[in-house]
Amino acid sequence: MKEKLKEIQEKARKQIEEATGADSLNDIRVGFLGKKGELTAILKSMKDVAPEDRPAFGQMVNDVRSQIEQQLMQAKAAVEAKELESRLSFEKIDVTLPAKKNNIGHRHPNTIALEEVEKIFIGMGYEVVSGPEVEKDYYNFEALNIPADHPAKDEQDTFYITKDILLRTQTSGVQVRVMESKKPPIRMIAPGRVFRSDEVDATHSPSFHQIEGMIIDKGVTLADLKGTLAEFARRMFGEDTKVKFRPHHFPFTEPSAEMDVSCFKCKGKGCRFCKGEGWIEILGCGMVHPKVLKMSGIDPDVYSGFAFGIGLERIALLKYEIDDMRLLYENDVRFLSQF
Amino acid sequence: MKTSGKWIKALVPGLDVTPKEYMDAMTLSGSKVEFFEEQDADLDKIVIGKIEKIEPHPDADKLVVCQVNVGDETIQIVTGAENVFEGAVVPVVRDGGRVAGGHDGSRTPGGIKIKKGKLRGVESFGMMCSIEELGSTRDMYPLAPENGIYIFPEDAPIGENAVSYLGLDDVVTEYEITSNRVDCYSVLGIAREAAATFRLPFNPPEVPVTGNDENASDYISVSIENDKLCKRYIGRVVKNIKIEPSPEWMQRRLASFGIRPINNIVDITNYVMIEYGQPMHAFDLDTIEDRKIIVKNAAAGDKFVTLDGQEHELDDTMLMICDGKKPVALAGIMGGENSMITDNVTTMLFEAACFDGANVRRSAKKLGMRTESSGIFEKGLDPNNAMDAINRACALVEEIGAGEVVGGCVDIYPHVNEPVVLPFEPEKYNALLGTDISEEEMLSYFERLEFKYDKDARTLTIPTFRQDILSYADLAEEVARFFGYDKIGTTLPSGAATAGGRTFEMEICSMARDVSEYCGFSQAYCYSFESPKVFDKLLIPAEDKLRNAIVISNPLGEDFSVMRTISLNGILSSLSTNIHRRNKNVRLYELGNVYIAKSLPLTELPDERMTLTLGMYGEGDFFDMKGVVEEFLGKAGISGKLKYDPDEDYPFLHPGRKAKISYEGDCIGFLGEIHPLVAKNYDVSERIYVAVIDIPNVCKHATFDIKYEGITNFPAATRDISMVVPKNVLAGQIEEVFENKGGAYLESYELFDIYEGAQVLSGYKSMAYSLVFRAKDKNLEEADITSAMERILKALGDIGINLRA
Repeated sequence: MKEKLKEIQEKARKQIEEATGADSLNDIRVGFLGKKGELTAILKSMKDVAPEDRPAFGQMVNDVRSQIEQQLMQAKAAVEAKELESRLSFEKIDVTLPAKKNNIGHRHPNTIALEEVEKIFIGMGYEVVSGPEVEKDYYNFEALNIPADHPAKDEQDTFYITKDILLRTQTSGVQVRVMESKKPPIRMIAPGRVFRSDEVDATHSPSFHQIEGMIIDKGVTLADLKGTLAEFARRMFGEDTKVKFRPHHFPFTEPSAEMDVSCFKCKGKGCRFCKGEGWIEILGCGMVHPKVLKMSGIDPDVYSGFAFGIGLERIALLKYEIDDMRLLYENDVRFLSQF
Repeated sequence: MKTSGKWIKALVPGLDVTPKEYMDAMTLSGSKVEFFEEQDADLDKIVIGKIEKIEPHPDADKLVVCQVNVGDETIQIVTGAENVFEGAVVPVVRDGGRVAGGHDGSRTPGGIKIKKGKLRGVESFGMMCSIEELGSTRDMYPLAPENGIYIFPEDAPIGENAVSYLGLDDVVTEYEITSNRVDCYSVLGIAREAAATFRLPFNPPEVPVTGNDENASDYISVSIENDKLCKRYIGRVVKNIKIEPSPEWMQRRLASFGIRPINNIVDITNYVMIEYGQPMHAFDLDTIEDRKIIVKNAAAGDKFVTLDGQEHELDDTMLMICDGKKPVALAGIMGGENSMITDNVTTMLFEAACFDGANVRRSAKKLGMRTESSGIFEKGLDPNNAMDAINRACALVEEIGAGEVVGGCVDIYPHVNEPVVLPFEPEKYNALLGTDISEEEMLSYFERLEFKYDKDARTLTIPTFRQDILSYADLAEEVARFFGYDKIGTTLPSGAATAGGRTFEMEICSMARDVSEYCGFSQAYCYSFESPKVFDKLLIPAEDKLRNAIVISNPLGEDFSVMRTISLNGILSSLSTNIHRRNKNVRLYELGNVYIAKSLPLTELPDERMTLTLGMYGEGDFFDMKGVVEEFLGKAGISGKLKYDPDEDYPFLHPGRKAKISYEGDCIGFLGEIHPLVAKNYDVSERIYVAVIDIPNVCKHATFDIKYEGITNFPAATRDISMVVPKNVLAGQIEEVFENKGGAYLESYELFDIYEGAQVLSGYKSMAYSLVFRAKDKNLEEADITSAMERILKALGDIGINLRA
């Protein structure tokens, strides 16, 4: 009987080894372990074994059984792995064939630049606000310390609707509206469309966009303005961006400055892009004029603040190296789809 | 504003910096240098030489061979110039030197190198130069001959540098002067800034009061009728005038400005205008009738001929200088032909006045004649400057012997401009700047700027030429400028924290951008103003309120003259552009305002309504567009049933493919196919689908509040119904029945088949919906569904719908 068992074990091992697929393995299982299988038959002949040998024999049969089962399992796993492998290799595709795109639309470069600016200032606690594009003369000029007859008010530059209502020439008026309606501390930026009477050409458009920014609080200084805008420049144009502040004049800020950033193409060495200067003019800024604070109902002896204005198109043109402003308003998809 | 480097150095004697150092320092102290031009950059090895001998060229009729003494040697030069003669003193470029360009006035960047060589077999060791080859013009050097070598005076030093002798060894600097710094539109103003910037002494010219023992008031009387527009009028008289060219040094300084020297009197007025920033005018006193000057407004309709020979029609806002009988000058703009200086003048009246800047600007603009003088006046001058300027002019007249100055002056100055006195508040300046600059340091800046400090009163008296200094903030800026903006620290504001963020409408717009782009639309930017013809292109009827557009009173042209009341034109024009450029399957969206006037003409600000406009051609139809709209509104939290009304009138849309979109009674917008006639007006034949969404009304219903509803495990029951529907019944009507009659258990419904054709009775269509019923809290019983279905079928029957047999 023992020999017989050994024989079965050997035979099963051999058959399993030679088996070619899941089906033949199943046949082998049935052939040995099934109801009519060889091993089952041996178990059935247990009655011929001496009673005292039965436990040991039973143990032996079970060992063989589990051995066969084990071998079957391993063989099955091997077969499955092989089948998977052949399926996977059969399913191989040419990954360089064209993609199936969803044709997602493209955001306008102005908006991309604007969202970047917004993100930076929101992170610094600035609220994004808006104001009317058709605006009162008061908010666009007078409350910004630009009285009647100031050259900046020259009809040449401003589109008028009536004597007192115009298309805003700057987003600065939103400063005044916010100061009138809110108590300090104020931190705001106001992006929006502005209008000037300039003929359309490669660098001019009668309608463009600005982002006005302002902070009003106790003890705000020119050093704070420099620190804030230098931080903005680094986040907007890269960590190694340097800034330079030059004195300038705006009627609604005093002291005033223009900020240049080191050219982000040549890193300040001087190139065609920055006209050899190494610096690019980015924005105008200054400490909010005490007269403007007073007119807007804020006590300049208690509060101070700074304000700045950024030309959105200027940023977009520089950042994306667009050489003609007209492209921004033509809406040719071959242009838009590059963003 | 331009300055000559040599002139600035004459006023700031210690100034010894390179042009680049000068540019950087001046820019950082607030006088932004746009660029500088080294006039001799392309000139090299050019000396003064004397032609000793001229012989004919053996092989060329048009050439001559000159022996030229250039100081250290005599060199042979072959030339084709016709104006050379033995003894002529001329500029000579030696072998290896450079000239700026050709004798035709053309410039060569980097200059042209001159080398010795042979001309028709005869050796030549250099070149004699014309003024054009030296990089200048006959305008600037009136003595230079036309087409020929420049000839120096006989006493010019042989062998010396010709470029320096001509005054071309100068650097001309161009500044951007801000409108508040009127004083810097003068050489003295810039020099004062340069002295303060480099901490050097400033030496302005001494202005002696000159004149004989007669009195100008015996020659002329002046009265001002409009002292708002003329703040001061000073007249001085010069007699026995001798018109001749002005001296070389004056010509050179004028030339550095690009001003052409004319004669001594004209040059003096120009010179003082540049030096002091005070325009002046000279009248031939013999043409001034009644020896009287009256400053008054013109009479409307008057005609006046200016000294350039042009006739102008005047209006009564224009200020005129008149004599006893007639106008003789357009105040601050240009003198009259009737009183101008001619070569025969013997006695003249010098005018230095201060006119109202805004009035000069408006008049000059109306007359279309912006002159050097009006350009300066319109900035608004300091009347106190006029006296120094006119005395300087008279001193120059004496200095160069142009005439005899009559003593005294006539000075009409009704309201004297007094200097501003401000408290000295160093701690306030430091607080505003975030600095810790000492009092002494600040006072040293102010001293250089000629602000007078009163130690006892602790006040600063601001000179009247600094009209921009009116408050502590202005003084703080002066401190910052001379301390150095670059030396001020960089800190971040330390105040109370604020929460940043965007408004709800901005968030909705952001969502509109996201959804539009996911759906394949790219963002367009369109103009807010357009042509009134747009209304015709869109077939909008004459009486439609969309035509009540806000009109710009001074537009760039008709195409930009009205504020849009409907956003379609921008997107249609852009789509048309794309079609004509053969771009396929284009989808664009725009977010921008339309401007709805509350009344016209405008008395209050209009309603600015942010509008989402979607437009597309190529792949996709009405229902794709409808899908985009619903995706957006769904994302914006508008989850209820939208109503699509096909009967609303939109003349620019296809009458059978249009719908007004509303939600809970508010109009959200519309969508549809562009009417073929409108498409034709945009020069296209493609089918264009558009949707226009009113963002404020979306915001009214939009919400970002989301409440989770439990996912029920109770099973759903589905009932499909197949219907025969009269053709004119809309899907919307059927769905309204489902909504109204479906009861609480109707979870959803979906159209899965629609068919019109052979198998359906004519006048009818076949439609099939799948209805899903489910209860959240129980297993539905058959009765629940049956009763709902009965209600639905009955209501469908009422609008003529039967189940399909």
